[in-house]
Amino acid sequence: MTQTTQIDTQEDIFELGGKRFTNRFLLGTGKFKSKQDMADSIKASGAQIVTVALRRIDLERHEENIIEYIPEDITFLTNTSGARDAKEAVRLARLAREAGHGSWVKIEVINDSKYLLPDNAETVKATEILAADGFTVLPYISPDLYIARELVKAGAAAVMPLGSLIGSNQGLKAKEFIRVFVDEIDIPIVVDAGIGAPSHAAEAMEMGVDAVLANTAVATAKNPAQLARAFALAVKAGREGYLSGLPAKKDIASASSPLTGFLYEE
Amino acid sequence: MRVIINGQDKEFNGPKNLRALIEEVCPDSSKVIAEVNGGIVKRDAWDAHSIREDDRVELVSFVGGG
Repeated sequence: MTQTTQIDTQEDIFELGGKRFTNRFLLGTGKFKSKQDMADSIKASGAQIVTVALRRIDLERHEENIIEYIPEDITFLTNTSGARDAKEAVRLARLAREAGHGSWVKIEVINDSKYLLPDNAETVKATEILAADGFTVLPYISPDLYIARELVKAGAAAVMPLGSLIGSNQGLKAKEFIRVFVDEIDIPIVVDAGIGAPSHAAEAMEMGVDAVLANTAVATAKNPAQLARAFALAVKAGREGYLSGLPAKKDIASASSPLTGFLYEE
Repeated sequence: MRVIINGQDKEFNGPKNLRALIEEVCPDSSKVIAEVNGGIVKRDAWDAHSIREDDRVELVSFVGGG
Protein backbone atom coordinates (compact mmCIF):
# COMPACT_ATOMS: atom_id res chain seq x y z
CA MET A 1 0.00 0.00 0.00
CA THR A 2 1.35 3.47 -0.83
CA GLN A 3 2.05 5.82 2.03
CA THR A 4 1.01 9.50 1.91
CA THR A 5 3.46 12.25 2.73
CA GLN A 6 2.59 13.78 6.06
CA ILE A 7 1.80 17.47 5.94
CA ASP A 8 2.26 18.83 9.40
CA THR A 9 -1.15 20.33 10.11
CA GLN A 10 -0.14 21.60 13.52
CA GLU A 11 -0.78 25.30 13.77
CA ASP A 12 2.27 27.40 12.98
CA ILE A 13 2.68 29.58 16.07
CA PHE A 14 4.49 32.91 15.78
CA GLU A 15 6.07 33.87 19.08
CA LEU A 16 6.80 37.55 19.51
CA GLY A 17 7.29 39.71 22.59
CA GLY A 18 6.13 36.94 24.91
CA LYS A 19 2.84 36.49 23.05
CA ARG A 20 1.73 33.79 20.63
CA PHE A 21 0.16 34.63 17.30
CA THR A 22 -1.29 32.57 14.47
CA ASN A 23 -0.96 35.20 11.76
CA ARG A 24 2.41 36.39 10.47
CA PHE A 25 0.98 39.34 8.54
CA LEU A 26 1.10 42.70 10.32
CA LEU A 27 -0.96 45.58 9.00
CA GLY A 28 -0.27 49.30 9.15
CA THR A 29 -3.22 51.63 9.59
CA GLY A 30 -1.98 54.75 7.80
CA LYS A 31 -3.16 56.32 4.51
CA PHE A 32 -6.54 54.56 4.31
CA LYS A 33 -9.28 56.55 2.57
CA SER A 34 -11.54 55.84 5.52
CA LYS A 35 -11.38 54.28 8.95
CA GLN A 36 -13.95 51.75 7.76
CA ASP A 37 -11.62 50.64 4.95
CA MET A 38 -8.97 50.14 7.59
CA ALA A 39 -11.32 48.14 9.82
CA ASP A 40 -12.40 45.97 6.87
CA SER A 41 -8.77 45.31 5.97
CA ILE A 42 -7.90 44.22 9.51
CA LYS A 43 -10.84 41.83 9.45
CA ALA A 44 -10.18 40.49 5.94
CA SER A 45 -6.51 39.78 6.66
CA GLY A 46 -7.01 38.46 10.18
CA ALA A 47 -4.04 40.57 11.22
CA GLN A 48 -3.44 40.34 14.95
CA ILE A 49 -0.88 43.13 15.25
CA VAL A 50 -1.42 46.61 13.78
CA THR A 51 0.71 49.72 13.84
CA VAL A 52 -0.62 53.14 14.82
CA ALA A 53 1.02 56.53 15.19
CA LEU A 54 0.72 59.29 17.79
CA ARG A 55 -0.08 62.87 16.82
CA ARG A 56 -1.33 66.10 18.36
CA ILE A 57 -5.10 66.21 18.39
CA ASP A 58 -6.66 68.69 16.00
CA LEU A 59 -8.08 71.47 18.16
CA GLU A 60 -10.23 72.86 15.32
CA ARG A 61 -11.74 69.67 13.88
CA HIS A 62 -13.01 66.84 15.99
CA GLU A 63 -11.77 63.58 14.52
CA GLU A 64 -13.25 60.17 15.30
CA ASN A 65 -11.21 57.99 17.59
CA ILE A 66 -9.36 55.42 15.47
CA ILE A 67 -9.38 52.99 18.40
CA GLU A 68 -13.11 52.49 17.93
CA TYR A 69 -12.37 50.88 14.57
CA ILE A 70 -9.78 48.41 15.86
CA PRO A 71 -10.97 45.18 17.55
CA GLU A 72 -10.16 44.89 21.24
CA ASP A 73 -8.02 41.78 20.99
CA ILE A 74 -5.57 43.34 18.51
CA THR A 75 -2.02 44.00 19.71
CA PHE A 76 -1.18 47.66 19.19
CA LEU A 77 2.28 48.46 17.90
CA THR A 78 2.69 52.23 18.21
CA ASN A 79 5.31 53.65 15.91
CA THR A 80 7.47 56.60 16.88
CA SER A 81 7.05 58.27 13.49
CA GLY A 82 7.89 61.94 13.78
CA ALA A 83 10.86 61.22 16.05
CA ARG A 84 14.09 62.70 14.71
CA ASP A 85 16.30 61.22 17.40
CA ALA A 86 16.28 58.70 20.24
CA LYS A 87 15.05 61.26 22.79
CA GLU A 88 11.95 62.06 20.72
CA ALA A 89 11.30 58.35 20.11
CA VAL A 90 11.45 57.64 23.85
CA ARG A 91 9.07 60.54 24.54
CA LEU A 92 6.53 59.25 21.99
CA ALA A 93 6.74 55.67 23.28
CA ARG A 94 6.11 56.78 26.87
CA LEU A 95 3.14 58.91 25.79
CA ALA A 96 1.70 56.00 23.84
CA ARG A 97 1.98 53.71 26.82
CA GLU A 98 -0.31 56.05 28.76
CA ALA A 99 -3.21 55.17 26.45
CA GLY A 100 -3.49 51.81 28.13
CA HIS A 101 -3.19 49.67 25.00
CA GLY A 102 -0.01 47.91 26.01
CA SER A 103 3.61 48.91 25.64
CA TRP A 104 4.70 47.58 22.29
CA VAL A 105 6.64 50.12 20.26
CA LYS A 106 8.00 50.19 16.73
CA ILE A 107 10.98 52.51 16.86
CA GLU A 108 11.03 54.68 13.80
CA VAL A 109 13.63 57.45 13.87
CA ILE A 110 13.84 59.29 10.57
CA ASN A 111 15.63 62.52 9.73
CA ASP A 112 15.21 62.70 5.97
CA SER A 113 11.94 63.33 4.20
CA LYS A 114 13.01 62.22 0.72
CA TYR A 115 13.95 58.61 1.38
CA LEU A 116 12.51 58.16 4.89
CA LEU A 117 15.51 56.00 5.74
CA PRO A 118 15.81 55.16 9.43
CA ASP A 119 18.65 56.45 11.59
CA ASN A 120 20.05 53.12 12.73
CA ALA A 121 22.33 54.58 15.43
CA GLU A 122 19.57 56.59 17.13
CA THR A 123 17.33 53.54 16.85
CA VAL A 124 19.81 51.50 18.87
CA LYS A 125 19.94 54.23 21.55
CA ALA A 126 16.15 54.36 21.81
CA THR A 127 15.96 50.57 21.98
CA GLU A 128 18.37 50.44 24.91
CA ILE A 129 16.36 52.98 26.88
CA LEU A 130 12.91 51.61 26.10
CA ALA A 131 13.76 47.92 26.50
CA ALA A 132 15.17 48.73 29.95
CA ASP A 133 11.94 50.62 30.69
CA GLY A 134 9.84 47.51 30.08
CA PHE A 135 8.69 48.14 26.52
CA THR A 136 8.43 45.41 23.89
CA VAL A 137 10.64 47.01 21.27
CA LEU A 138 10.52 46.35 17.54
CA PRO A 139 13.11 48.62 15.87
CA TYR A 140 12.74 49.57 12.20
CA ILE A 141 16.15 49.67 10.49
CA SER A 142 18.11 49.48 7.29
CA PRO A 143 19.44 45.91 7.26
CA ASP A 144 22.91 46.37 8.79
CA LEU A 145 24.16 43.22 10.51
CA TYR A 146 26.20 45.05 13.17
CA ILE A 147 23.23 47.22 14.09
CA ALA A 148 21.03 44.12 14.31
CA ARG A 149 23.50 42.48 16.71
CA GLU A 150 23.51 45.62 18.88
CA LEU A 151 19.72 45.58 18.89
CA VAL A 152 19.70 41.97 20.07
CA LYS A 153 22.08 42.96 22.90
CA ALA A 154 19.92 46.00 23.67
CA GLY A 155 16.91 43.78 24.31
CA ALA A 156 14.86 44.23 21.14
CA ALA A 157 11.99 41.75 20.79
CA ALA A 158 12.54 41.56 17.03
CA VAL A 159 14.27 43.43 14.22
CA MET A 160 12.35 45.09 11.40
CA PRO A 161 14.60 45.41 8.35
CA LEU A 162 13.18 47.41 5.46
CA GLY A 163 12.34 45.60 2.24
CA SER A 164 12.70 48.84 0.26
CA LEU A 165 11.84 52.52 0.77
CA ILE A 166 8.68 53.21 2.77
CA GLY A 167 5.65 53.54 0.51
CA SER A 168 7.61 52.71 -2.65
CA ASN A 169 6.02 49.29 -3.32
CA GLN A 170 9.41 48.21 -4.71
CA GLY A 171 9.44 44.90 -2.86
CA LEU A 172 12.53 43.17 -1.50
CA LYS A 173 15.31 45.38 -2.86
CA ALA A 174 17.25 44.59 0.32
CA LYS A 175 16.73 40.86 -0.17
CA GLU A 176 20.30 39.65 0.14
CA PHE A 177 20.87 41.74 3.27
CA ILE A 178 17.69 40.34 4.78
CA ARG A 179 19.00 36.86 3.96
CA VAL A 180 22.09 37.66 6.04
CA PHE A 181 19.76 38.43 8.96
CA VAL A 182 17.96 35.12 8.51
CA ASP A 183 21.31 33.34 8.73
CA GLU A 184 22.80 35.34 11.59
CA ILE A 185 20.09 36.87 13.80
CA ASP A 186 18.26 34.73 16.32
CA ILE A 187 15.39 37.04 17.32
CA PRO A 188 12.28 37.32 15.07
CA ILE A 189 12.71 39.17 11.79
CA VAL A 190 9.74 41.20 10.58
CA VAL A 191 10.24 42.66 7.12
CA ASP A 192 8.66 46.07 6.91
CA ALA A 193 8.47 48.85 4.27
CA GLY A 194 8.20 48.75 0.54
CA ILE A 195 6.18 45.53 0.44
CA GLY A 196 3.97 46.32 -2.54
CA ALA A 197 2.47 42.99 -3.57
CA PRO A 198 1.55 39.65 -2.01
CA SER A 199 4.34 38.03 -4.04
CA HIS A 200 6.87 40.23 -2.19
CA ALA A 201 5.49 39.00 1.12
CA ALA A 202 5.59 35.36 0.00
CA GLU A 203 9.16 35.81 -1.22
CA ALA A 204 10.23 37.16 2.16
CA MET A 205 8.54 34.32 4.04
CA GLU A 206 10.11 31.70 1.75
CA MET A 207 13.52 33.04 2.75
CA GLY A 208 12.76 32.29 6.36
CA VAL A 209 11.80 35.65 7.87
CA ASP A 210 9.27 35.43 10.65
CA ALA A 211 6.64 37.96 9.57
CA VAL A 212 5.87 40.75 7.11
CA LEU A 213 4.27 44.16 7.61
CA ALA A 214 2.56 46.11 4.85
CA ASN A 215 0.66 49.40 4.91
CA THR A 216 0.76 51.63 1.82
CA ALA A 217 -0.03 48.86 -0.68
CA VAL A 218 -3.16 47.83 1.19
CA ALA A 219 -4.34 51.32 2.08
CA THR A 220 -3.97 52.61 -1.49
CA ALA A 221 -5.32 49.57 -3.34
CA LYS A 222 -8.62 49.78 -5.24
CA ASN A 223 -9.96 47.13 -2.89
CA PRO A 224 -7.97 47.37 0.35
CA ALA A 225 -9.72 44.53 2.17
CA GLN A 226 -9.18 42.18 -0.74
CA LEU A 227 -5.49 43.02 -0.95
CA ALA A 228 -5.16 42.66 2.81
CA ARG A 229 -6.60 39.17 2.52
CA ALA A 230 -4.26 38.38 -0.37
CA PHE A 231 -1.28 39.47 1.72
CA ALA A 232 -2.31 37.23 4.59
CA LEU A 233 -2.68 34.28 2.22
CA ALA A 234 0.69 35.02 0.62
CA VAL A 235 2.40 35.15 4.01
CA LYS A 236 0.86 31.76 4.88
CA ALA A 237 1.88 30.28 1.52
CA GLY A 238 5.43 31.60 1.82
CA ARG A 239 5.70 30.27 5.34
CA GLU A 240 4.51 26.84 4.36
CA GLY A 241 6.89 26.86 1.41
CA TYR A 242 9.75 27.66 3.77
CA LEU A 243 8.74 24.94 6.25
CA SER A 244 8.39 22.37 3.48
CA GLY A 245 12.08 22.71 2.58
CA LEU A 246 12.31 24.46 -0.78
CA PRO A 247 14.63 22.80 -3.27
CA ALA A 248 17.68 24.74 -4.40
CA LYS A 249 17.86 26.78 -7.61
CA LYS A 250 19.89 25.26 -10.44
CA ASP A 251 21.77 26.91 -13.31
CA ILE A 252 21.00 24.21 -15.86
CA ALA A 253 17.98 22.10 -16.61
CA SER A 254 17.12 18.90 -14.77
CA ALA A 255 14.54 16.71 -16.52
CA SER A 256 11.27 16.03 -14.75
CA SER A 257 10.41 12.89 -16.75
CA PRO A 258 12.51 9.65 -17.08
CA LEU A 259 15.45 9.68 -19.50
CA THR A 260 15.01 6.03 -20.57
CA GLY A 261 12.32 4.06 -22.37
CA PHE A 262 11.77 6.64 -25.12
CA LEU A 263 9.66 5.55 -28.12
CA TYR A 264 12.48 5.95 -30.63
CA GLU A 265 13.48 3.58 -33.42
CA GLU A 266 17.23 3.08 -32.65
CA MET B 1 -4.77 82.83 31.48
CA ARG B 2 -2.53 82.05 28.50
CA VAL B 3 -1.84 78.37 27.89
CA ILE B 4 0.14 76.96 24.97
CA ILE B 5 -1.74 73.93 23.71
CA ASN B 6 -0.19 71.89 20.92
CA GLY B 7 2.05 74.82 20.09
CA GLN B 8 -0.82 77.33 19.88
CA ASP B 9 -1.43 80.21 22.29
CA LYS B 10 -4.90 79.95 23.75
CA GLU B 11 -6.68 82.09 26.33
CA PHE B 12 -8.70 80.49 29.10
CA ASN B 13 -10.65 81.71 32.09
CA GLY B 14 -8.68 80.47 35.08
CA PRO B 15 -8.22 78.79 37.47
CA LYS B 16 -8.59 75.43 35.74
CA ASN B 17 -7.54 71.87 36.25
CA LEU B 18 -6.19 69.79 33.37
CA ARG B 19 -9.41 67.81 32.96
CA ALA B 20 -11.47 70.99 32.51
CA LEU B 21 -8.94 72.34 30.00
CA ILE B 22 -8.97 69.15 27.96
CA GLU B 23 -12.74 68.86 27.94
CA GLU B 24 -13.03 72.45 26.78
CA VAL B 25 -10.89 71.81 23.68
CA CYS B 26 -11.73 68.16 23.00
CA PRO B 27 -15.20 66.67 23.40
CA ASP B 28 -13.89 63.09 23.17
CA SER B 29 -11.33 63.25 25.93
CA SER B 30 -11.23 59.46 26.20
CA LYS B 31 -8.75 59.33 23.34
CA VAL B 32 -6.42 62.01 24.75
CA ILE B 33 -2.98 61.51 26.28
CA ALA B 34 -1.65 64.59 28.07
CA GLU B 35 1.77 66.06 28.74
CA VAL B 36 2.31 69.32 30.68
CA ASN B 37 5.66 71.11 30.54
CA GLY B 38 7.35 67.95 29.28
CA GLY B 39 5.88 65.61 31.88
CA ILE B 40 3.15 63.05 31.23
CA VAL B 41 0.08 63.57 33.41
CA LYS B 42 -1.81 60.34 33.98
CA ARG B 43 -5.57 60.43 33.38
CA ASP B 44 -6.40 59.81 37.03
CA ALA B 45 -4.31 62.88 37.95
CA TRP B 46 -6.07 65.26 35.52
CA ASP B 47 -8.51 66.52 38.19
CA ALA B 48 -5.77 67.28 40.68
CA HIS B 49 -3.41 68.92 38.18
CA SER B 50 -3.82 72.72 38.16
CA ILE B 51 -3.00 74.58 34.99
CA ARG B 52 -0.92 77.74 35.38
CA GLU B 53 -0.18 80.75 33.18
CA ASP B 54 2.15 79.89 30.26
CA ASP B 55 1.96 76.12 30.83
CA ARG B 56 2.87 74.13 27.71
CA VAL B 57 0.31 71.42 27.17
CA GLU B 58 0.55 68.66 24.57
CA LEU B 59 -2.59 66.66 23.83
CA VAL B 60 -2.02 63.66 21.59
CA SER B 61 -3.97 60.63 20.43
CA PHE B 62 -3.53 57.58 18.25
CA VAL B 63 -3.95 58.02 14.49
CA GLY B 64 -3.41 55.72 11.54
CA GLY B 65 0.24 55.00 10.83
CA GLY B 66 2.55 52.40 9.28
